[in-house]
Amino acid sequence: MTATQTVELKEKARDIRKMTLDTIGYLGVGHIGGTLSVVDMLTVLYYKQMNIDPENPRMDGRDWLVMSKGHAGPALYCILADLGFFPKDWLHTLNVGGTSLPSHCDRVRTAGIDMSTGSLGQGLSAAVGIALAQRIDGRDNWVYACIGDGESQEGQIWEAGMTAAHYRVDRLIAFTDFNKMQIDGLTQTVMNIEDIAAKWTAFGWHTQRIDGHDVEAIDAAVEAAKAETGRPHMIVLDTVKGKGAAFAEGNLGNHNMVFDYDTAKQAMDELDKETY
Amino acid sequence: MDMRDVYCQTLIDLAAEDDRIVVIEADLMNATGTKPFRAAYPERTFDVGVSEADMVGVAAGLSVAGKVPFAASFGCFAARRVYDQFFLSANYARLNVNLVGTDPGVTALYNGGTHMTFEDAGIMRNIPELRILEPSDEVSLRKLIPRIVDWPQSVYLRLHRKGGWSYYEESEDFEIGRAKTVRDGSDVTLVSLGMVMLQQSLEAAATLESRGIRAEVIDALTLKPLDRERILKSARKTGAVVTCENHNVHNGLGSAVAEALAEDGVPARLRRIGCQDKFGEVGKLDYLLEAFALSAPHIVDAAESLVNSKHAA
Repeated sequence: MTATQTVELKEKARDIRKMTLDTIGYLGVGHIGGTLSVVDMLTVLYYKQMNIDPENPRMDGRDWLVMSKGHAGPALYCILADLGFFPKDWLHTLNVGGTSLPSHCDRVRTAGIDMSTGSLGQGLSAAVGIALAQRIDGRDNWVYACIGDGESQEGQIWEAGMTAAHYRVDRLIAFTDFNKMQIDGLTQTVMNIEDIAAKWTAFGWHTQRIDGHDVEAIDAAVEAAKAETGRPHMIVLDTVKGKGAAFAEGNLGNHNMVFDYDTAKQAMDELDKETY
Repeated sequence: MDMRDVYCQTLIDLAAEDDRIVVIEADLMNATGTKPFRAAYPERTFDVGVSEADMVGVAAGLSVAGKVPFAASFGCFAARRVYDQFFLSANYARLNVNLVGTDPGVTALYNGGTHMTFEDAGIMRNIPELRILEPSDEVSLRKLIPRIVDWPQSVYLRLHRKGGWSYYEESEDFEIGRAKTVRDGSDVTLVSLGMVMLQQSLEAAATLESRGIRAEVIDALTLKPLDRERILKSARKTGAVVTCENHNVHNGLGSAVAEALAEDGVPARLRRIGCQDKFGEVGKLDYLLEAFALSAPHIVDAAESLVNSKHAA
């Protein structure tokens, strides 16, 4: 990745963070912590790695993304709107009755959403199924999935982990958004998931652990995953829940948070001061 | 032919023409009888081991990417254990995931109360847009599977596994949501669901005839959507309905028919043969049919009492 590309991705991630703050801030309540923590990963995927077409969201041969932590939907919506999957002004309809943009990802309502999620633990299995279907069809496109750290406490995640390794689903690249917090507190105190990378390695996955806010590291990890055959890929992202918004970072209540638009605007103004 | 063998052979036959069909199992291929499918289509068969939740999730992924998966397990696991996965990843996502729950009700036999699913169809009825089918013989099963493939959303198939029965003519056509009137009558309507209960209902109808009571027998075949039109038309004619199900009377066929009768204002009396809100237990079929009062004599008693009370009124 060139230095220019790196700067462009960082700028794009900042813009998506601002859009996410605007989207949730406009409504006044939402999953701000776990949306902001996945922005850098999603930015690298959607603006550099993925083969997708906003004009044809269900294009044959496209890459897929299953947002298993379905409450991160709003971050994804900002990217999809920015790319032109649907009009940007839809973002202010988040969770308004009749909207196409519900809190949790819904493949039926939203163009560009590949799978409906929202009951934690289910999306990784679906991603394995998509990858198996692609294999039957002789396609070599990539299937991405994103799970949460709290979500990794669900048994079905490890069922899917076994299945993916058993069937050598090497076109699957999954991310764990390890933002260290869950609803009831710190992941470490609620139900420790460490050593999470060792667990995935033990399950037979090609595993990497990186700074989840470093776009260069994310891109390099995806490239490394693509170069390794025969095993599914897990990229553990060390992230900060609420990353980029001072009012949310470090706040154990940031999972689903009430905040007014002025608060969001202040965080957006702070992001504007960042230089890359 | 065992019903499971009909299931597997039908999928093999359809898969020859339809490359979307895939089979997914959770360590019960021997029980479901799908190993011949794997032998024919190894690249389209996935056993995920003892992980039913993952089975349904992977099936949903296969479906979203264009496949038509058939996932199977004992009904207790296919319904109870993976209800949320089936609800969200399959049904809420509007995917064509076909979930097969085998060994319904008393047919769990020696597997007993832990496996004796009297509640599967009941909990499934609460999933919007889902189709719930229980074919009653080899022909209806063979003819309904292509309809299941064609239905673009999810299906729960309650599958009698061991043992077979060729009741219908091969020329008979079957549709999702359509019941069959298998015996005409005018005094009482027996509405049946599944192989075991259709056999008991027909036996009961023969006994009733010998006592001068003409029973109309309807094979429901689809629980959801219930063929209300056919059942209500018969109920208006006879004024007496006995539902016969190998399932809890709560939330299954008996409830569905009661709702239809009440909402339509049909002046018909109703008795519900089925598990009366009890847990299952081990035993042979004959024992269990008596233990849960599902056998033909119980249907006869219910029908006779309804007809007598009708005449007394």
